[in-house]
Amino acid sequence: MSTPLPVTLIAGYLGAGKTTVVNHLLRHANGRRLAVLVNEFGALPIDEDLIEAQDDDLISIAGGCICCSFGSDLTGALIELAALDPRPDHVLIEASGVAIPGAIAGAMSLLEGYAPCGVCVLADVTSLPKLIADEYVGDTVERQLSDAGLIVLTKADLDPATANETESWLRTKYLATPMLLVSDGKLAPALLFDAPASIPVQSSGTHADADYDSFVYTPPARIAVKDMAQALRQSALGIIRAKGFVTDADGARALIQMVGKAVDVTYPDTDAQPGIVFIGLKGQLDEAAIRAMLATFEIAAV
Amino acid sequence: MSDITIYAAKKIITMNASRPYATHVAVREGRVLAAGSLDELSSYGPHTLDDRFADKVLMPGFVEGHAHTMEGSLWAKVYCGWFDRTDPDGKTWEGAKSIDAVVARLIEAQEHLTDPDAPLSGWQLDPIYMDNTRVTRADLDRVSTTRPIGILHASGHILNVNTRALELAGMMKTGLNNPGIPLGNDGYPTGELKGPEVMTPVGAHIGFERNMLDADEDGLRNFAKLCVRTGTTTITDLASRMDPDTVDMMLRVTGEKNYPARIVPLRFFLGLAPDELVAEVLRLKGMSTDRLSMGRIKIVADGSIQGFSARLRWPGYHNGAPNGLWYIAPEQLSEIYHRALEAGVQVHTHTNGDQATQLVLEKMAPALQAHPNPDHRFTLQHCQLADAAQFGQAAKLGMCVNLFANHHFYWGDEHYNMTVGPERATRMNACRTALNAGIPMAIHSDAPVTPLGPLFTAWAAVNRITASGRVQGAEECITVDEALWAITMGAAYTLHMEGDIGSIETGKKADFAVLDDDPTTCDPKALKDISVWGTVQGGRVFAAADL
Repeated sequence: MSTPLPVTLIAGYLGAGKTTVVNHLLRHANGRRLAVLVNEFGALPIDEDLIEAQDDDLISIAGGCICCSFGSDLTGALIELAALDPRPDHVLIEASGVAIPGAIAGAMSLLEGYAPCGVCVLADVTSLPKLIADEYVGDTVERQLSDAGLIVLTKADLDPATANETESWLRTKYLATPMLLVSDGKLAPALLFDAPASIPVQSSGTHADADYDSFVYTPPARIAVKDMAQALRQSALGIIRAKGFVTDADGARALIQMVGKAVDVTYPDTDAQPGIVFIGLKGQLDEAAIRAMLATFEIAAV
Repeated sequence: MSDITIYAAKKIITMNASRPYATHVAVREGRVLAAGSLDELSSYGPHTLDDRFADKVLMPGFVEGHAHTMEGSLWAKVYCGWFDRTDPDGKTWEGAKSIDAVVARLIEAQEHLTDPDAPLSGWQLDPIYMDNTRVTRADLDRVSTTRPIGILHASGHILNVNTRALELAGMMKTGLNNPGIPLGNDGYPTGELKGPEVMTPVGAHIGFERNMLDADEDGLRNFAKLCVRTGTTTITDLASRMDPDTVDMMLRVTGEKNYPARIVPLRFFLGLAPDELVAEVLRLKGMSTDRLSMGRIKIVADGSIQGFSARLRWPGYHNGAPNGLWYIAPEQLSEIYHRALEAGVQVHTHTNGDQATQLVLEKMAPALQAHPNPDHRFTLQHCQLADAAQFGQAAKLGMCVNLFANHHFYWGDEHYNMTVGPERATRMNACRTALNAGIPMAIHSDAPVTPLGPLFTAWAAVNRITASGRVQGAEECITVDEALWAITMGAAYTLHMEGDIGSIETGKKADFAVLDDDPTTCDPKALKDISVWGTVQGGRVFAAADL
């Protein structure tokens, strides 16, 4: 079995800034071949200057990236993507504005050959209060937020007062879900893609909190992987992103992907060295507490 | 040899208000030259008198305004439904009344398969009628442990598969954590898969290809056979993805010399941005032929009531289930309405729940004000829970409605007890209220959700009898004449086709339903039992017995 293809869901209501974030990630793909799946072409899902060619089914993007529309058949589109040669390095799904992320995430987790890598739900802080109060879509927007692994608040710079209020409200309501503020769609690529441990993570934008800390945990022994994943889900220790490999109790190499509160464990065919990179906001990532917690899942050598 | 054929009939019900009955109809060039007495029709010139229908009752060919060609493709699979149902070849399959009966039927079908690895699939399972007993993979493993097997539920939203199918999809394992995949006591999936997201990965292994929305070539031919058997001469495909290959295939198959029905596929709204959608549909409209009428859009606004995915207004679902799902954002719905009205393209919108209907009405009014179009006939499809106020508003906005009359029979009891409760269940598919509001109305089967059969659909609207035999909402019953209008002129009107089809009068297509009895004089409770000899479509005669 080849290495599972990481797939990240970008969801959120219309106007939340999904397209802007996706374009930002494409601009900062750094040689990664990203495949973007959008609901439909039109209203330019991809910035024009990035497009190299376009036909009915596919937009070719600078740097070997592509964008396909999936219409009503996301699963089918994912199966086709995984069969492409060369295969993409990472898949981004831009969900429709009314899609319930949990349903799509469920599909992502079932598909052979894929490794779920996060459910980011975007929310435009300037319009969120009105949307939540809307009789038609209010409950849909709330369901989207409650399915989020990571809530990304956008357009905060447009209306800082509303942004603060919205953020506090969200923090009360979705206590366990990590949140980020980004401007102009500048979601740091390292939060979704591989985070090279040795390179400091770049600032994502203009927000004062937008600098990140990171550290690498190198497990000295085998790890009780499932228990560790469960603990990470509930940790609330400021982790926004973690990725890396550990050796499980049976000696198999497991891949941990954590985006926000969502943690997925898969078993790719790899001999990658054990080690997990943890990333969080400066001042919020509690390295000592995380290391102490992780140590409790180390299995003493027999 | 004359090119005028005069058909003699026991009675011709024309649905033409100025000449409602006739004994003869003259046909030339596939069109109705005139209906009247033989004496009258003789004045049109030399003719051939054809009396093969002398003991038959002719009606305008029925128009089914909401069905899916996929019904034709499903018959390639094993029928596992509760109710008796007739296949395209005229064989009536007895309803399977237990899981054992379903298993036995699959075993029988398997005996015809030579490839031991070939998938076996069934459709139309409905455990609601079996005290909601859940089918498990163990049940289906009794058919085979080496061949992948799956059965699609009547709702289309649940799939039951055997162990082999789960293995092939890589899902035969413990630790799955997905609300769409119930687990057994052993921690493995029970084999029931709920929702398209979890069905699709397994579907490919059991013969449920991804593109189920579109019929394949044989399915399209089978679909037309069902039309002949039910007296239907024009039928919608609501909706089709209409990719280029599908359109080519539909043009070719419907163009075959003996293709007996006019297909009206509506383009599904997903996959294109609104401006491109409208442009694409206009392009398709230009490619239309006599037997393939394109150029309309279908939007799905919400889900289904029995699946608890329809969007309901207060007080929501009777059993307390959370409100359903939107399949389009209100802003997008509005944009498509604006662009389609501007371009003169018709839109049909699926709204099962009354909140979805409310949203459509709310978005329709300003769009119409921005792009006045006095004859747009945007149509509410299903519109099952609309109340009098909504029908009134829809009528004012110039909309049409196509109500799901068959639903009452098949799921009326469930709606009464579980989904929406007694009061709203009683006024579901409120045909009487709709007609009183003056809104142009059709009624439909949504085949394959329920079987195609316009006379059955008329029966359902006239009698409102549920599967358990109760009359549910006697106040909403309509008359036989109103129901016959709905399955002919009513449905034709929702497609802007009432000038060409829907009645038997000069200039219209020679499309007839050939019946063995008179629906206007039989006991209204027997409407569904009237046997159909076949059809005449575009002047061509199709006997069900010769298919």
